Amino acid sequence: MKTFVLLLVFTITALAQTKAGDTANGKLLFEKDGCYQCHGHVGQGGTAGARLAQTRLPLAAFTAYVRNPASGGMPPFRAKVMSDQELADIYAYIKTFPEPKAVKDIPLLNQ
Amino acid sequence: MSDSNNPAFPNPVDRRGFLKGAAASAAGLAAAAPPIAFAQQAALKPETGGAVDVTSNARPGSDFMVDVIKSLGIEYCAANPGSSFRGLQESFINYGKNTNPEWLTCCHEESSVAMAHGYAKIEGKPMMIMAHGTVGLQHASMAIYNAYCDRVPVYIVLGNILDVDYRRGNAEWVHSVQDAAAMVRDYTKWDDTPVSLSHFAESAVRAYKISMTPPYEPVVLVADGTLQEEPITEKNLRIPKLAMSTPPQGDSAAVAEAAKLLVAAENPVIVAGRVARTAKGVEHLVELAELLQARVQDQRMRMNFPSAHPLYGNPGPQVAGPNLSDADVILGLEVQDFWGITHKMTGLNKFGMEAHPTTKAGAKIITVSAIELNHKSNYQDFGRYLEADLAITGDPEATLPELIEAVKKLITPDRRRALDERGKKIAEMNRQARARDRELAAIGWDESPISTARLAAELWGQVKNEDWSLVSNDRFVSAWPTRLWNFSKPYQYIGAQGGSGIGYQAPAAVGAALANKKHGRLSVSIQCDGDLNYAPGVLWTASHHQIPLLTVMHNNRAYHEERMYLALLAAKYDRDLGRSDIGSALNGPNIDYASIAKGYGQYAEGPISNPNDLGPALKRAIARVKAGEPALLDIVTQPR
Repeated sequence: MKTFVLLLVFTITALAQTKAGDTANGKLLFEKDGCYQCHGHVGQGGTAGARLAQTRLPLAAFTAYVRNPASGGMPPFRAKVMSDQELADIYAYIKTFPEPKAVKDIPLLNQ
Repeated sequence: MSDSNNPAFPNPVDRRGFLKGAAASAAGLAAAAPPIAFAQQAALKPETGGAVDVTSNARPGSDFMVDVIKSLGIEYCAANPGSSFRGLQESFINYGKNTNPEWLTCCHEESSVAMAHGYAKIEGKPMMIMAHGTVGLQHASMAIYNAYCDRVPVYIVLGNILDVDYRRGNAEWVHSVQDAAAMVRDYTKWDDTPVSLSHFAESAVRAYKISMTPPYEPVVLVADGTLQEEPITEKNLRIPKLAMSTPPQGDSAAVAEAAKLLVAAENPVIVAGRVARTAKGVEHLVELAELLQARVQDQRMRMNFPSAHPLYGNPGPQVAGPNLSDADVILGLEVQDFWGITHKMTGLNKFGMEAHPTTKAGAKIITVSAIELNHKSNYQDFGRYLEADLAITGDPEATLPELIEAVKKLITPDRRRALDERGKKIAEMNRQARARDRELAAIGWDESPISTARLAAELWGQVKNEDWSLVSNDRFVSAWPTRLWNFSKPYQYIGAQGGSGIGYQAPAAVGAALANKKHGRLSVSIQCDGDLNYAPGVLWTASHHQIPLLTVMHNNRAYHEERMYLALLAAKYDRDLGRSDIGSALNGPNIDYASIAKGYGQYAEGPISNPNDLGPALKRAIARVKAGEPALLDIVTQPR
């Protein structure tokens, strides 16, 4: 936890110099770098990865987590393979995932 | 020695009468080979250096072998044909009239065994498979390993020619082996190579008995080619009576101690691995859980516990690794990798290795397992050593009734009230988890590729009012059927491969569907694309034998588990993240599974990528399956 907080502080400082996320590049990276493999093409999550759609994490916490994931299955994406700007782009793309329909509006989920 | 004075083994009868009696009762009977004069028998034996050209309509040894197999009540024999067991095949289809067992034409020995694997998990008894002792067994071996790890009985008969005098040419030399079963001895429970028909009868009955004594496992019997094809010369052949062993039951004192711990516990959790061998297993587990008002974490290796039961510990997608950190007593019933689910290890994304318990300090662990009666050394399926507080050796299903009675005696009215309060909390947690699963299922509902949650929900909508059976594992689709469907009957789920050997799913589904056929059940399989490509010929076997089965492809166009590992390691080593498709993706070109299935004689549609097309396609395919034929839908899906 202490490590994560330190990393978060460091990340917030570093991200101050990051431009706003480019959703088009984020989409490209999300697919090319394999984020979808565990999290699904629309961030729905599943056996292998957590849900990303409608994440409540702010960018700094998101970036800090990706750099040093707590989960045993999540790879640590260091700056050498994914820059802060690229992570900001991916984050911006994730934030474009549409709100899911309400369960009450899907008859098949009310069987 | 004659058993003519033993009422269980009457005097020899004629051939037709013998067969009738053996098939009818499964009890041993004295065989009745038509008398063959010793002089004539000698003339039938080829002599070294001299051509012998004697034809005879004498009864071959393989006829007697068929009588033996019939006495065991085996319904089917799955095989890819092979010359080393041609004698037996001829006897099965002509002398045995191709019934009990009925011959199933398979296109690969791995399919034969995996069909038997799936069949046994529905029917509760073994199917026979036949294979060459060499090349056939080599093909079959992975599937045998799966069955071994999954504690499933498979009755394996191998053809082989031990006597060099009888090997006609190169093919029979390269198909012969000194010790055929040696290759799979590490992952079978018992084997034998009989050298006479009498020996075959005894070992065949023994093999069945051993295979069907918990822990269930595959067994191997070698049918020598010479014994198969030469005339019967042995006198007073008989088939021993099949006396099944009772399942091993846990020690009474240990069971009483377990009951004390469970009743006194504040928050006991039951972990169910391979518990239910029969419908009784489900009933017993439900009764124990309800008595204790304890949460059940079902590893979903069998249909152990109803998925919509209020005490079902809904783990979301993490079925294999439930959270046990809140338990003060954990009862593990034939659990797979118990150490693994009670410890946390350094992830694959980090260097080095550390492990620590995830259970809370002082938590007591009780195990009930029959596997301890059948440990082997070489293959490591036994998992890491678990420091249990009470290790009960015994079959869980056989041990549960005594445990239930012991628990009943200890629950006072006051304790009953406390347990019921606990049960209400668990039920509320369960209700919330089910609701959360539905919210998660809604994400990506209209996306293409089709989400696995949508796939599961659409399928459930079509089968829920039928007498259905899911004859596939659901782990690769994020366990959505487990999370959204209502599994309640013993035949509604069959678990996974056991040894995680891919190539199992398609044939296991066909075998399970065959078992379901006579009960009129609707069999459905969610079929991974990578798995089907190992031996797709099993689709033809399903068509040929008119086995009704709906195969719904989970076509994520990859060996996806491995693709994720590659991406993970590339990230770990700071390397290119974009190359994990190399060696693991199944695209370029995309595989057209509907065309493949049509080529094998099945009704098929696809590829289907639009989620709105899924429901109508399922309806059309299910109509074909209900009419008695197999059908396949190729659904292009999200990865997990």
